[in-house]
Amino acid sequence: MRAVEPWVEGPLAAFLDESAARLTLLMTSAGQVLAQHGFTRAFDVMSAAALGAGIMASTDELARLMDAPPFRALAHQGVQHGLFLSGFDTPQGRWIGLVVFGPESSLGLVQLFFQRLVADLAKQAPTEAPSNRVLGSDFEDELNASLRTLFGQ
Amino acid sequence: MPEFATALDSITRVHGVRGAMLVSVSDGLVVAESSMDGVDGAPVAALTASLAGRLRRTTEAAGRRLPTFIHLRAATGTVLAVPSNDDLLVVTIGAPDINVGLARLEMLHVAERGI
Repeated sequence: MRAVEPWVEGPLAAFLDESAARLTLLMTSAGQVLAQHGFTRAFDVMSAAALGAGIMASTDELARLMDAPPFRALAHQGVQHGLFLSGFDTPQGRWIGLVVFGPESSLGLVQLFFQRLVADLAKQAPTEAPSNRVLGSDFEDELNASLRTLFGQ
Repeated sequence: MPEFATALDSITRVHGVRGAMLVSVSDGLVVAESSMDGVDGAPVAALTASLAGRLRRTTEAAGRRLPTFIHLRAATGTVLAVPSNDDLLVVTIGAPDINVGLARLEMLHVAERGI
């Protein structure tokens, strides 16, 4: 498990321990990765983050078309793996969690401990706004720095 | 799902029962619940389904038959579970002084009806 922000590590470690999730990704609603567990290649992380953020953006737009509040979570159950995707608010802005779990866990367990993760992150999060916004010329440097942190390279 | 509610009502009439529910074992999600006042069923469903799944794997690995009745006793309450069909679990939450024998009979009755 690796996190760009150190304060994320404790709550995420507790979530991984309790839920037995195989893969977990925490990212901003723009798809910037903040923490990951289980991924071995940077390319996979960036692809999953982009796809997850895209799905959440699509469902947010669907909700807007229906004059409904944004959907909180989305789940897919496959033969071997399940996928849970959920957006949540933190003092640092809106984040997205993507969790892949196997038969040793369940959607109910993942949902249960994801709620705790969200509450723990809200408690641990620094109240000031993020210091660096990843925009324009900083983007590539920030992306490379995040990937180095997330993969220890 | 009135048939679910009727089946579960027979359990919740037992002395000491605070609520009963049907839980999907593979998902750990509540399928139906009855009289769960003051009890958040979702965490109980997720954790009981996980426990039942682990017990099933344990007994299979030990070459024994699958559990037919699970009884958890704590200082402030009791959780009972009976596997129904392949993927459903009848779960009852009760007080420490719950009438376990009668609750078990009603739960087995619900499970045998194949709901």
